[in-house]
Amino acid sequence: MNFVRAHVLVCTGTGCSSAGADGIISAFEEQLKKNGLDEEVRVVKTGCLGLCAKGPNVVVYPEGVYYNYVSAEDVPEIVEEHLLKGRPVTRLIHGDAEDASKATNLTDTAFYKDQVRIALRNCGVINPEDIDEYIAYDGYAALAKVLTEMTPQQVIDEIKASGLKGRGGAGFPTGLKWQFAANSPGPVKYACCNADEGDPGAFMDRSVLEGDPHSVLEAMTIAGYAIGATEGYIYVRAEYPIAVERLKKALEQSHEYGFLGKNIFGTDFSFDIGIRLGSGAFVCGEETALMVSIEGKRGEPRCRPPYPAVKGLFGKPTILNNVETYANVCWIINHGAEAYAALGTEGSKGTKVFALGGKINNTGLVEIPMGTPLRQIIEEIGGGVPNGKKFKAVQTGGPSGACIPASQIDVPIDYENLTRIGAMMGSGGMIVLDEDDCMVDIAKFFLQFTVDESCGKCSPCRIGIKRMYDILDRITAGQGTLEDLDTLEELAAHIKGNALCGLGQTAPNPVLSTLKNFKDEYVAHVVEKRCPAGSCKALLNYTIDPAKCKGCSACSRVCPADAISGVVRSPFVIDQSKCIKCGSCMEKCKFGAISKG
Amino acid sequence: MDTVKLTINGIEVEAPAGSTIIQAANLAGIKIPSLCYLKDLNEIGACRICMVEVKGAKGLVASCVYPVNEGMEVWTNTQKVRDARKMTLELLLSNHRMECLTCRRSGTCELQDLAHDFGIDKVRFQTEKMEPQIEDSALHLVRDNSKCVLCRRCVAACAAQGVGVIGCNERGFQTEIGSPFGRGLVETACISCGQCIVNCPTGALTERDDTGKVWAALADETKHVVIATAPSVRAGLGECFGMPIGTNVEGKMVAAMRRMGFDGVFDVDTAADFTIIEEGTELLERIKNGGVLPLITSCSPGWIRYAEQYHPDFLPNISSCKSPQGMFGGLMKTYYAEKMGIDPKDMVVVSVMPCTAKKYEIKRPDMQGAPGYQDIDISITTRELGEMIKRSGLNFTALPDEAFDPIFGIASGAADIFGASGGVMEAALRTVSSILAGEENAPLEFHEVRGLESVKEATYELPGKTVRVAVVSGTKNAGALLDAVRAGEKEYDFIEVMCCPGGCINGGGQPYVPAEIKNFVDYRSLRAKALYDEDAGKELRKSHHNPIVQEVYAEYLGEWGGEKAHHILHTTYQAQPKYRL
Repeated sequence: MNFVRAHVLVCTGTGCSSAGADGIISAFEEQLKKNGLDEEVRVVKTGCLGLCAKGPNVVVYPEGVYYNYVSAEDVPEIVEEHLLKGRPVTRLIHGDAEDASKATNLTDTAFYKDQVRIALRNCGVINPEDIDEYIAYDGYAALAKVLTEMTPQQVIDEIKASGLKGRGGAGFPTGLKWQFAANSPGPVKYACCNADEGDPGAFMDRSVLEGDPHSVLEAMTIAGYAIGATEGYIYVRAEYPIAVERLKKALEQSHEYGFLGKNIFGTDFSFDIGIRLGSGAFVCGEETALMVSIEGKRGEPRCRPPYPAVKGLFGKPTILNNVETYANVCWIINHGAEAYAALGTEGSKGTKVFALGGKINNTGLVEIPMGTPLRQIIEEIGGGVPNGKKFKAVQTGGPSGACIPASQIDVPIDYENLTRIGAMMGSGGMIVLDEDDCMVDIAKFFLQFTVDESCGKCSPCRIGIKRMYDILDRITAGQGTLEDLDTLEELAAHIKGNALCGLGQTAPNPVLSTLKNFKDEYVAHVVEKRCPAGSCKALLNYTIDPAKCKGCSACSRVCPADAISGVVRSPFVIDQSKCIKCGSCMEKCKFGAISKG
Repeated sequence: MDTVKLTINGIEVEAPAGSTIIQAANLAGIKIPSLCYLKDLNEIGACRICMVEVKGAKGLVASCVYPVNEGMEVWTNTQKVRDARKMTLELLLSNHRMECLTCRRSGTCELQDLAHDFGIDKVRFQTEKMEPQIEDSALHLVRDNSKCVLCRRCVAACAAQGVGVIGCNERGFQTEIGSPFGRGLVETACISCGQCIVNCPTGALTERDDTGKVWAALADETKHVVIATAPSVRAGLGECFGMPIGTNVEGKMVAAMRRMGFDGVFDVDTAADFTIIEEGTELLERIKNGGVLPLITSCSPGWIRYAEQYHPDFLPNISSCKSPQGMFGGLMKTYYAEKMGIDPKDMVVVSVMPCTAKKYEIKRPDMQGAPGYQDIDISITTRELGEMIKRSGLNFTALPDEAFDPIFGIASGAADIFGASGGVMEAALRTVSSILAGEENAPLEFHEVRGLESVKEATYELPGKTVRVAVVSGTKNAGALLDAVRAGEKEYDFIEVMCCPGGCINGGGQPYVPAEIKNFVDYRSLRAKALYDEDAGKELRKSHHNPIVQEVYAEYLGEWGGEKAHHILHTTYQAQPKYRL
């Protein structure tokens, strides 16, 4: 075996790939060869390290130096300085290293040090396309243990004891779900995986599939054994080409190694997995719609009961777990339910992956123990709100979720607390909002999403959400009334109580939570015809303060609508009927004479 | 049968295990309104009108799909439930082109009834200006999606026919019913059966209105306008006037048509007797000469269109006989025209059918008994006749009973039962067995082929021949039966196929039966009974005994199944592609 003294891990997740990871890898290979290091330094393409906004990311081991914003042009310097001479390239080292001259280890950064990576344990660590690397990190040990040492019921009991809950949104106890399916009689059952990740801003499932596909295949096989299934499907978005490609490779390799197919590990247990691609309908993430879609029909939810554990895919007992849920399973089997349950809070065990986005410095994926306070996520791990703006709220749970106001920033994040404050875990999207974000507009944004993504089957969702959207549209245009606010609440309650599936039942949440926590903003829109965040264009007026205006004409020259006129060296004026509220004039004015409000 | 006990509105109900709440409520005499629910056909819980409270359940539940459990406590009439239904209706109306006064379904619209029942006096939600969204590429149907509530009954009815050429396009608020890729219905393998129309709760689907053409013909003094009604029309028409389902209104119907000014008021049943003569002859010939068997009936144009597109390999099995409508038209433009001394070009022949496919059938190329003249000029549905009678200012229920014009108005009981699934088979068996076994030895009734089961089988021992028969209704069932025949799993000599489930009495042109009745009343059996009762009450019960039949063959057509009969009474079939893209 060759001695390799250093490893260069290059992230090849979707973010870093689109930012040029492939070119970086070839540059490393070329430069290493040129410097005669290709025998002693190995370049490894890995999954996502999480800090997507600062990619392409590269980690150099053994030091664990974490480089951000790497380009192919930087590679010769990294090779010559760091790998040849042992001097890390400080200008590329991750920004929060206080003394950048020191080779800050990845795990010491504020972004990583409080993370506990279980679901993402192999992401950014191993080459996802190499089953041997997965095996080297305990891969398929859990499956071997399950098949040779445990009964199906023992597996279910272990998952139950771990306290693992579904990470896809609803938070249903995974072990219980498996128990129901195991209890359903019948020779044909299915163990399926929901990889139709669709919440805006959430990409943890993609990251797992791109960075550690075998962990999902292994867990599905374990689930199959536990419930008595011999077949499973992964329903994955076609918009995730890298994930699909790596899943296909992983399937091939695990077949080759005998981890899938007939008589796995020489036992009587056989299991196989098929991939089905979703075509971009958000509703296909709903379990019954997903199954209907796998069956080749229009992806629409159906009424429950019967529940999938009794009558699911092709009318057979079926379990459907989310990617992140599965990504925890092997760890639980390997380390024991107790170790998993030791993490987290009383009602919410283990860790949760969050996708941080919006007005936050460290946009990316973080995995933290349940119960971590929101403040720690935003201010420490997330690096705070950029440009010195004031943190206003965080939107969690995607289109089904809610806005947690700044006043709740110390809430420990777990299923129970989020529900208590009227929010929800959802799949773990966290969109950070600052003082420039209008909460009515945010609610409208999410409603637009559900209007577009409703399947159209049931009347309350199909028409009701559209009517709520219409009202919000009026409010943001300055045409709302106080009565509209009551109607919004009435419609919201109606849709929650009458829609057919979870999509519709939760669609009003963004409106309800903003109405609850930011009612003053709604009232300002309808009564004062004013958008306090200065975001709703129809309610904005740009004005020039004659006392401050020097008459330089810069504003009128930049105005694309010819709305500003005046005589040089005397105050200019904006014609409100022509103004398109683009804000260019305000940006251009050197004297702070232009204000909006 | 296992049952469960539950309470609905405090009333204890015992319902079969596996029932849904709406079914259990019906047993307790409690009506739960719904728009989308059709028992056994469309159980999807989509409209959310049938919501009820179930103790312990999260939110309201859709009673049409929610199964009952032992000890369940259901409330169907709370303030919460009423408010929810009202709000859902308000939402539906906010996206509906509410021009009830000018809508053909006004008065029979289930949405209109619900809006009225729930006291909706205004629709709060701003609506886009709704324009008509007309799709009328097919001969038999007009779709206006601006009146569609997306209950999907039509989609389910179409799929249940084994056709499935309509479904939902787009999604969310943009969802609309249409054919794949938004193509016109005429470009699909639609069989024109009209089951979508007859199951539509609103004015979104209607048959093409051909009444204007009939009025114009009646107003044209140069035209000799005759009309004739199919067997099932008399068993359904009364419903248009509030009469109980299953009332036979033959006499009043004739009186009404006569008062509307038709120059001849005839019975398609008479033509049905000709059908039996020709089809019976064809069967006997095929049996005798080793022809293609099983012989399959050809009365139902929806079935013909289904066979041409979906099972073209069976076209040689299908009887070359025109449907009774075709035979009637053929004889009108030939025999009748000659007898009355009228030039066929001056004739307008109108048929009244329980069927929308007949509107398509009359345009088929080989439907010209008198060359150059379409056998039937205008085909209207039972519903359209009802509309015309109302427009004529006739007090239908008070009309006297009158008889059809005798020149083409006498029919056997065998012809009367054509409207029910199994009727054509029974009628044919009466004649065929009379021929083979002799009048005295031939049975009059063949109960094995009666009833609403989708497939009925029987074997009859006739002198020199064991005749194995099957009767099937609903094209999907027919397709399955043909698959079995093709695979050699089933062997028959004679098969009756009717396109619509239960036969013509349940045709796409029959009066609307609201779902709240349809789901719980066996309306098809009631209509069929009207026809069987008429048959049972007649002296004349075999087609070949019909004096008109005997006269026309003797005077005009010549021998049964002869050359002239073939020219006027037979047709041809062509395999058709399923897709016309």
